[in-house]
Amino acid sequence: MRYTDKKEKFFTFLVCLVLGVMVSTQFRSAENARHSVNQQRAEELVEKLKTTEKANQELQERLQHMEKDLAGSEDSRKGMQKLKMYAGETELHGPGVVVTLNDSMLPTKAGEDPNLHIIHDDDLLRILNELRAGGAEALAMNEERILDVSEVRCAGPTVSVNNTRFSPPYVIRAIGDPKTLESALRLRGGVIETLKFWGINVDLRKDDDVVIPAYKGTRHYEFAKPKEGGA
Amino acid sequence: MIVFAILGLALGIAIGVYLPVFPQLYSKLVAVAFMASLDAAFGGLRAVKEGTYDSSIFISGFFANGLFAVFLCYFGMRLGIDLYYVALVAFGLRIFNNIAIIRRLFMKK
Repeated sequence: MRYTDKKEKFFTFLVCLVLGVMVSTQFRSAENARHSVNQQRAEELVEKLKTTEKANQELQERLQHMEKDLAGSEDSRKGMQKLKMYAGETELHGPGVVVTLNDSMLPTKAGEDPNLHIIHDDDLLRILNELRAGGAEALAMNEERILDVSEVRCAGPTVSVNNTRFSPPYVIRAIGDPKTLESALRLRGGVIETLKFWGINVDLRKDDDVVIPAYKGTRHYEFAKPKEGGA
Repeated sequence: MIVFAILGLALGIAIGVYLPVFPQLYSKLVAVAFMASLDAAFGGLRAVKEGTYDSSIFISGFFANGLFAVFLCYFGMRLGIDLYYVALVAFGLRIFNNIAIIRRLFMKK
C-alpha cells in the first residue's frame, strides 16, 4: 500500500469532498421536505384563494347593480324576483329529497382497484341526472346550486362544483315530488343499487322542507348574443 | 491520508450547506448517487484491507457508479419503473456486505 502519491491524496480529498456535499445537501433536502407544506396542498390553497377573491369581487359588483335596480317600482321588483328565481339566483325551499354519499368503508381486496370504492364525479352526475329526469325543480350539491352552467368535475381528490371544491361526504339536495325523486333513484339496477354494490354509503332521505341555496356565481355571456327578432 | 479524507469531508459538508437545495423531484436521484458513492467508499476500504487497492479503479468506480446509478434512476422515472428502489436495495446490500467483510478483516489482524 502506497499512500504517498500526491495524485492519490488529491483524489481521496476529491472523493471525500463529493461525499460530504452529497451528505449535507441530501440532509437539507430531507429536512426541507419534512418542514415545507405539501406542494399540492399549497397550490390548492392558492387556487381556492383566487376563486374566492374573484367571487367576492363579482358579488360586490352584483350588489351595486342590484341596489341600483331596487330603486324601481313594486311591480318591477316582483318581476325581478321571478326572473331571479328562474335564473337560480334566489334561495328556494320546498319538499324534496336529500342524498348523502360517503366513500366506501369496505376494505379494498388485494388486486382490486381502490378507485371503485371512491365516489367519482360521474357517480354524482348520474344521481343529478336521475333527479332531473325525476322532475327536480332545483338542485344543489353541498352548498352550491346546480344550474345549467354548473360543472361537476373531478379535481384531484375532490369534486369541483361552480369552481368550489368539495370532499366527501357529498350532500345532494333536490326540490321536487319526494316520491317520484326517491323512486327514480331507487330504481332496480339504478344508481343507488350500483353504488351500494361498491360499498359506497348512500343515504336517501325525504324531506318536507329542503332548502336550496342561491347560485353564488355570475354568468358571463362572452360569445352568446341574443338573436335579433328572436322570441 | 486520513487527514485529507476528513478535510475533504468537512469541506464538502460546508459547501453543501451553502448550496441550493435540490428540487423535491431530484432528491431521489441524489439519494441514489449518495448510496452509490457510499458503496464505492466502503468497497475501497475493503480493497485497502485486502491489499488489492488500486486508486484508479477506486476513483473511476466512485464516479462512474454514482453517475450511472443516477442515469438509470432518471430513465426509470421517465419510464415509470421504480429503479430507485432497485438501486437502493442493491447498494444497501453491497454496503452491508462490505462492512461485514471489513469487520472480519479487522478482527483477523
